[in-house]
Amino acid sequence: MELNKLTAHGLKHLLDKGDISNIDICNDVLEAIEKKDKALNAIVHFDKEKAIEKSKASKGLPIFIKDNICVKDELTTCSSKILSGFRPPYNATVIEKLLKKDFVLMGKTNMDEFAFGSSTESSCYGPTKNPWDLERIPGGSSGGSAACVAADEAIFALGSDTGGSIRQPAALCGVVGLKPTYGRVSRYGLIAFASSLDQIGTLTKDVEDAALLLKTISGHDAMDSTSVPVSTPDYSLKIKDSIKGLRIGVPQEYFGQGLDSDVKDSVLKAIDKIGQLGAKCEKVSLPHTEYAVAVYYIVATAEASSNLARFDGVQYGLRAKDVKSIEEMYKKTRALGFGDEAKRRIILGTFALSSGYYDAYYLRALRVRTLIKKDFDEAFAKFDAILTPTSPTPAFKIGEKTQDPLTMYLSDIFTISANLAGIPGVSIPCGFTKENLPVGLQILGKPFDEETILKVAYNYEQATEWHKKRPDL
Amino acid sequence: MANYEVVIGLEVHLQLKTKTKVFCGCSAAFGAPPNTHTCPVCLGFPGSLPVLNREALKLGAKVAMALNCRVAEEIRFDRKNYFYPDLPKDYQISQYGQPLSQRGYLLILTEGKEKRIGITRVHLEEDTGKLLHGTGQSLIDFNRAGTPLLEIVSEPDISSPEEAYFYLTALKSILEYIDVSDCNMEEGSLRCDANISVRKKGTKELGVKTEIKNMNSFKAVRAALEHEAARQIETLESGGKITQETRLFDSARGVTEPMRSKEEAHDYRYFPEPDLAPFDFEKDVLRDIKREMPELPEPRRKRFMSEYKLSDYDAAVLVSDKALADYFEKCSSLYKKYKIIANWIMGDISAYMKEHGLTIDRLNLKSEYLTGMLDMIDKGIISGKIAKTLLIDIVRTGKDPLSLVKEKGLEQITDTAQIDQAVADVIKENKRIADDFMGGKQNAVMALVGKVMAKTKGKANPQKVIEMLKESLKGGL
Repeated sequence: MELNKLTAHGLKHLLDKGDISNIDICNDVLEAIEKKDKALNAIVHFDKEKAIEKSKASKGLPIFIKDNICVKDELTTCSSKILSGFRPPYNATVIEKLLKKDFVLMGKTNMDEFAFGSSTESSCYGPTKNPWDLERIPGGSSGGSAACVAADEAIFALGSDTGGSIRQPAALCGVVGLKPTYGRVSRYGLIAFASSLDQIGTLTKDVEDAALLLKTISGHDAMDSTSVPVSTPDYSLKIKDSIKGLRIGVPQEYFGQGLDSDVKDSVLKAIDKIGQLGAKCEKVSLPHTEYAVAVYYIVATAEASSNLARFDGVQYGLRAKDVKSIEEMYKKTRALGFGDEAKRRIILGTFALSSGYYDAYYLRALRVRTLIKKDFDEAFAKFDAILTPTSPTPAFKIGEKTQDPLTMYLSDIFTISANLAGIPGVSIPCGFTKENLPVGLQILGKPFDEETILKVAYNYEQATEWHKKRPDL
Repeated sequence: MANYEVVIGLEVHLQLKTKTKVFCGCSAAFGAPPNTHTCPVCLGFPGSLPVLNREALKLGAKVAMALNCRVAEEIRFDRKNYFYPDLPKDYQISQYGQPLSQRGYLLILTEGKEKRIGITRVHLEEDTGKLLHGTGQSLIDFNRAGTPLLEIVSEPDISSPEEAYFYLTALKSILEYIDVSDCNMEEGSLRCDANISVRKKGTKELGVKTEIKNMNSFKAVRAALEHEAARQIETLESGGKITQETRLFDSARGVTEPMRSKEEAHDYRYFPEPDLAPFDFEKDVLRDIKREMPELPEPRRKRFMSEYKLSDYDAAVLVSDKALADYFEKCSSLYKKYKIIANWIMGDISAYMKEHGLTIDRLNLKSEYLTGMLDMIDKGIISGKIAKTLLIDIVRTGKDPLSLVKEKGLEQITDTAQIDQAVADVIKENKRIADDFMGGKQNAVMALVGKVMAKTKGKANPQKVIEMLKESLKGGL
């Protein structure tokens, strides 16, 4: 029956009726993985026997987890050699929440090393392929999670988004990717890339599943001082309301140079469609948009340089052998354990924080970050949501941008601002390029108003067929 | 040496007495088996996040207020980045740009005068683990990692090693009054580093300073600074230059020496800790801390002088030990000759405690027993001399003075007939001394008093004995 192709809410319905058991779902998922993952390389830690065992012990739906979220006693490596063999002694808060609701943790998905990238090429396990074209990247850094959902190897998956790491791969793989408001979901147990930007979110086949999964993982957590004590609405109900009369802003800064023409066409058509559904779409300006990438690569790398210091070979993960001093152990371990992009970002961040440069780089970046946030505050005084393309281009070829980090960094040009401002954003499928590559529409909302963006997403999704399209593999 | 002045600033690290660590729920108790008080947070495991222990913040604020500092309205933390194996995250959560509090002062008494020593800042941070070096390998105990530490930095207002000692004693006394730390230098709950430089008198510019570490008592701090000041002056006098460096104090040899490990110029790359959102320090919490603040040693000393008419010295000695001062006040509510209480506490009682290694809390001497005994002296029931031994009896037996006096027959002899007899006997037996007295040697009477006291086993009132001796001798032999 290929239950692996269904959505979570569809499967729940069947489970509730007693038509199927969760073992049936598990079996179909396992079969899909066996058939497709050799080609895709979306899943990095997976034990078939264990997965079956866990399914038998539970009644819930199977889910995949990005490799940077801690699952007790299971490999959690951030797709980095430096964490090879690392099994955390504790569960991330989101994992505890999933387990409480009977979800079955199937395995870990591939990612850019420590989430540093937009293509999943910097993984120590090799790149994940885009299910729509195996010569192309799936986006990143949650490329494994996006690809396995798109290829029906998974019902849904968790990812993390620091500068677009959920939304961009969702767009490039043709699935729904939701980054919640900063503080909506606990970061406890998410191995930090940039603490002030990271947020765990969902990769799903449709908007209703995003709503369902978001409700499960949300909520204030006493273990995370940056999680915010706000109540969690029942998204699944509210998203089905009409969007008539909603005021929607379309920022002109997101439609200029560098935007692929096919992507632009699809996104503009989607905006028209949303207008037809009753929302009022108008132009808006977010004047500091052009600084977002620069600000991001200072703030994010600065935090990363400090967050990654602990990978020093002392307590866990890789430790270089045959060293004579503690300095040598540090240097060798980190030289061996980190890939090129991780090293690049650690060096960049260390430089940005170093004395004499701090004011010019880090402090100035923080000031501009405030301006970017102010742009959104002003826009959201007039509008309920903002529509943009998710990514300037569709999926690019593997290897195409690895030699040119700056071009790679521009892949996140439309998604980064939401992280800097801490606002929620969702990417939903809105068309295909002439080469049959998926295009994503990004909907941004006010802080803690995931409800509105999911409502716009749901209304659009139900009025179109894009989310039903699946790659032939 | 006389042409030079010494400039000293002290950095004190204080372990706060909280039940749990500063950013996780692990026990902060000292002395547990290695690595038993640890969790993913204080071990800095990937994905773990710090959550501030509000009790540590409260204790920190208490110290800040007691040191007359301004407490920040907003609480922020920063990361101090450096690699070291005892630092699990390879950064320390500390406070840099906006510390818990700034600009306070502490009063010390030096050469009989009050002096203000400025407090630059007081900030909260996490402690590191402990390295244990063996042969060929080093082990780490992370029990201490993440215990709350308060850094108290003084202005370079301290002008001598002696003042540094006074500063530390005064600080410790305050910290004990507000009950925030064990203040034990040997166990490391209080650590002190010193910055010291010298300059020619009259010059305004500061000399090159050195930082002195590895001092494990207040006396060691004083000794290290004395040595270092002398060394710096000698170096300058012989035409040399002071190098800015960290020096370790060798207490056995009483000298400071440059740290042998290579000194690297650290760039700690401080930046705001993104895992701890800044928050406003609740006004009502601050108000509560202020309200619950006990009377501190300095105001108490002044009150002791005005309320009990004690001398500067007596008041200072009593208030420097909170328990001692509390004991004094308990007694003072029962007995109104305050100076006499102070004399007994600072004299016989302190001597006894010192001899037996006791503190006033552990000494078996109820305040009403002491004052009861003093009453008996006043009433002439016992002599002051008898009281000295009676005190020790009370402490040893825990019995009240009245029953002890009765039990042992220590009452002073007030029956003049008995004393008369003794006086007559003594005069008879010591004719030469009696002659001396009558010949004009006034002091000779005291020798006779001693003999009478011995005859009456100390139970006669010495004043009375003098009177009676003089009376008897007036008429000649």
